Amino acid sequence: MFEAGLLKLRCHLIDALPYSGGQCAEIYPKKPIYDIPAYPEILAGDLIQNLEQQIEPFEPTYTLGERAETIDKLADGNFKVTTNKGTEHTAAAVIIAGGLGSFEPRKPPISGIADYEDCGVNYMIKDPEIFRNKSVVISGGGDSALDWTIFLANVAREVILVHRKNEFRGALDSVEKVSELAKKGKIKLITEAEVIEINGNGKVESVIVNHSKEGNIEVSCDYFIPLFGLLPKLGPIANWGLEIEKNAIKVNNALDYSTNIPGIFAVGDVNTYPGKLKLILCGFHEATIAVQFAYNIVNPGKKYLMKYTTVNGITGFNGETKKAEKAVVKSI
Amino acid sequence: MKDIKVKIKDRFGVAHLLDAPTDMAMNIMELCKAYELPVEGTCGGMAMCASCQCYVHSNHELSEIGEAEEDMLDQAFFVKENSRLGCQLYISIEMDGLELELAPES
Repeated sequence: MFEAGLLKLRCHLIDALPYSGGQCAEIYPKKPIYDIPAYPEILAGDLIQNLEQQIEPFEPTYTLGERAETIDKLADGNFKVTTNKGTEHTAAAVIIAGGLGSFEPRKPPISGIADYEDCGVNYMIKDPEIFRNKSVVISGGGDSALDWTIFLANVAREVILVHRKNEFRGALDSVEKVSELAKKGKIKLITEAEVIEINGNGKVESVIVNHSKEGNIEVSCDYFIPLFGLLPKLGPIANWGLEIEKNAIKVNNALDYSTNIPGIFAVGDVNTYPGKLKLILCGFHEATIAVQFAYNIVNPGKKYLMKYTTVNGITGFNGETKKAEKAVVKSI
Repeated sequence: MKDIKVKIKDRFGVAHLLDAPTDMAMNIMELCKAYELPVEGTCGGMAMCASCQCYVHSNHELSEIGEAEEDMLDQAFFVKENSRLGCQLYISIEMDGLELELAPES
């Protein structure tokens, strides 16, 4: 977005996550990265914050928490991208910087689980009220499983938490609360166990829990909520007519990181080409090259002159320029 | 420093005998990616995704499972007694002849 801004191209970002930053923001914001030029060490979350600050002069706009679902080529040559919530965006060029895809709940490998999705199996909780006075089995041992167990203990008629181990690794406070609720009989804990089967007739009626010592136990319930974190999936992009290789979008790295559809580019971890390196550093380079070619699509026939920020600084879309004071530093 | 041999069985049951350098501070996830075995390494080797989970079939004495790795294996699927995260197994001379199998994708 910064490089596009230098070329006076306005950008709109669509992200399935409720914030920008992809893997850096979602998976490892507190982890240090050591291979960003000029930063001997920087936290992934801080890198994203810095990038957001850097693009501010170019007034980026965002659609967050919505996943780009379809893309259509319009008669005027523009592309229309429609999100899963029906929001439509039109642009002359589209750059896919989707990382490894959009983040989706990690689904346990239980046979037939897909048949019960939205019929008793919920991978995320949007409206806790649907669980009021219902019997709920939650599976997982992380913060999300613990937090929802605590919350639903006061909403659902019955909450059963199933975890593979007999210890939990979430925040200490949450672990203590869950333990306390179990002691008081407000929830039921089944540890050293896994849900291996779902039973029902068009709707979840029970789950089979495999216990390491007691074997299979049938647990009646209205809902089964597996909470095992998020996993990136290529998702709907795979159906956009783009050439896919090794679960990534094939691009022309000899020129412009364009895909097989003129006007659509792919940069960063989402693309592939001979010699591809999935590094943030390489993503910056690819995006810089791609926007130069996107410029030609947005401004056909217009002469493009590359600009150095050291010469003229940065002029934002509000006309304000950020540049160094001129000063004589050395007499010749 | 010499290279060692590591045998990795992929998800189709095909065994790959790989030359692994011991002087590059490389881990098994990176080795798999270098040989284009289907390991995503989504989190970049921080024990936060389990896409490099593998089963250890030989009797090599490996590094202890750290807290981050244990956390992740707690959340992962298809976990067995011999599960490890490839990103946490740093290649060393003692691992010569190590035999691993990639866990199913999840």
